[in-house]
Amino acid sequence: MTEKVLMKGNEAIAEAAIRAGCRHYFGYPITPQTEIAAYMAKRMPKIGGTFLQAESEIAAINMVYGVSAAGKRVMTSSSSPGISLKGEGLSYLAGADLPAVIVNAQRGGPGLGGIQPSQSDYFQATRGGGHGDYHMIVLAPASVQEMAELTIRGFELADEYRMTAMILADGTTGQMMEPVSFDFEVKEPPAKPWATTGTKMARPHNIVNSLYLVPEELEQGNLDRYARYELIKEKEAKAEMYLTDDAEIVIAAFGIAARVSRNAVDEARANGIKAGLIRPITVWPFPDKAFKSVLPHTKAVLSVELSMGQMIEDVLLAVNGQAPVTLVNRVGGMIPSPEQVYQAIVEAAKKGGN
Amino acid sequence: MNFKRITLLAGHYGSGKTNIAVNLALELRKQEKNTAVADLDIVNPYFRTLDSRRAFEEAGIRLIVSQYANTNLDAPALPQEMYAVVDDKTLHSVIDVGGDDRGALALGRISPAIREENDFDMFLVVNFYRPLTRDIPSILEVKREIETACGLPFTGIINNSNLGAETDADVVLASVPFIRELTEASGLPLLFTSVEARLVPELTGKIDKLFPMTLQKRPV
Repeated sequence: MTEKVLMKGNEAIAEAAIRAGCRHYFGYPITPQTEIAAYMAKRMPKIGGTFLQAESEIAAINMVYGVSAAGKRVMTSSSSPGISLKGEGLSYLAGADLPAVIVNAQRGGPGLGGIQPSQSDYFQATRGGGHGDYHMIVLAPASVQEMAELTIRGFELADEYRMTAMILADGTTGQMMEPVSFDFEVKEPPAKPWATTGTKMARPHNIVNSLYLVPEELEQGNLDRYARYELIKEKEAKAEMYLTDDAEIVIAAFGIAARVSRNAVDEARANGIKAGLIRPITVWPFPDKAFKSVLPHTKAVLSVELSMGQMIEDVLLAVNGQAPVTLVNRVGGMIPSPEQVYQAIVEAAKKGGN
Repeated sequence: MNFKRITLLAGHYGSGKTNIAVNLALELRKQEKNTAVADLDIVNPYFRTLDSRRAFEEAGIRLIVSQYANTNLDAPALPQEMYAVVDDKTLHSVIDVGGDDRGALALGRISPAIREENDFDMFLVVNFYRPLTRDIPSILEVKREIETACGLPFTGIINNSNLGAETDADVVLASVPFIRELTEASGLPLLFTSVEARLVPELTGKIDKLFPMTLQKRPV
């Protein structure tokens, strides 16, 4: 029988984490990501791993901190309100330079909101989510296959740069079922000489901590971290370019919004409009260069989002006044239709970018 | 196809119960039966029989579903009308039981009446391409857990092995030896292999007991 399996996006994340060598998962149930916890609860005991339903999101993220400090691959997942609860822990992980993978299957907000998909945690994800100066690497999958691949990539990036990687999914990409192949190589995790694994009286103590008693040292920690961020911006920004080579109307969209937009681009092309799509795969670092590369022939940019306009701020910075940027959106758990996006393309084409 | 008064569909989470329930109900209606679909899923708030509300209305099928399905209230609610399934003996019902044993637990409320009347079939819906039901022991474990949770025995198997939009004839045919092994290991007969209608011409003659299905509308 073929090696492909039919999976929900959430299940693909869980299976990919296991294949990446993650043997510790801590979470607290919340729709629409509960399948991740359910999958881990079934699988972890069978492979010698730990699944633990913590008493709260805050407890779970601090368990993540502990396992990561001990040098092991670890993951937690939640959905929007639960990620807010994890905010403090995310900041502590950043302050201690600890790698971990965090999944956010976004749902409509603010507040308890609803259980339908949303992208309105973009600011929270790309600006860090908690207090203090820091970033997370934020990966935005648009298919179930990519949920698997980016989860594995998330573990690799987290270890390489000693920081948290977030999988920024949503209520639809987590729930939809698509065939997935796990036929790809998983690299061994790097050595972690900083981990608190016991000195065996053979080396000095390792200390994992985010409290600095001397301000100069805290300042230096921040500067070092931001030097690393510059390197990540240079090396790790990624986007998929779809029909952008000659595009005059360029759509910016990630995740579920990109799937809708792709249909709209096809429709526009079929009607003689030169439309294209830039799909950020990393939303932090944001793929600025992808946008700069299309500017010579771009007359207008549309930012298609399931939010009141969050990614559009990064698009505006990347485009830097060289083309008008317009928001096309639905919120509150609603998804823009391909027809809505197509109409926006037609409008933009009519205006010719003016 | 001969139907008992109550047809129950249970199985692993995501095995395709809801799509089969919709298509079986339409089949029952073709036979001019007084038909109802009862959605007793207390696990999954998405992709419910409610997505086919219009098709049911047009076909004259009664839909028994929690008023909270497909809303933002993610509560394990059951429809109060569910008792009609056992009380109204003129009704032919297809019951969409929720995923796994947790979903089947809800059935326990009406299963004594179903058992007493003894005019039912309960089918184990199987998709070999789902990650946690890839082998016979895993499927038998799911079967046992569901039977224990709801207090009813399975009477047959529905093979719904598919890879979503990538399903072709070979994908379906590759499931045949597994289903044969499963029917032998469980002692349960195969009711049919359900496939999207588009695959029927290619599979006719290559596989017995095909059941063509129209899938519920999918999101993007």
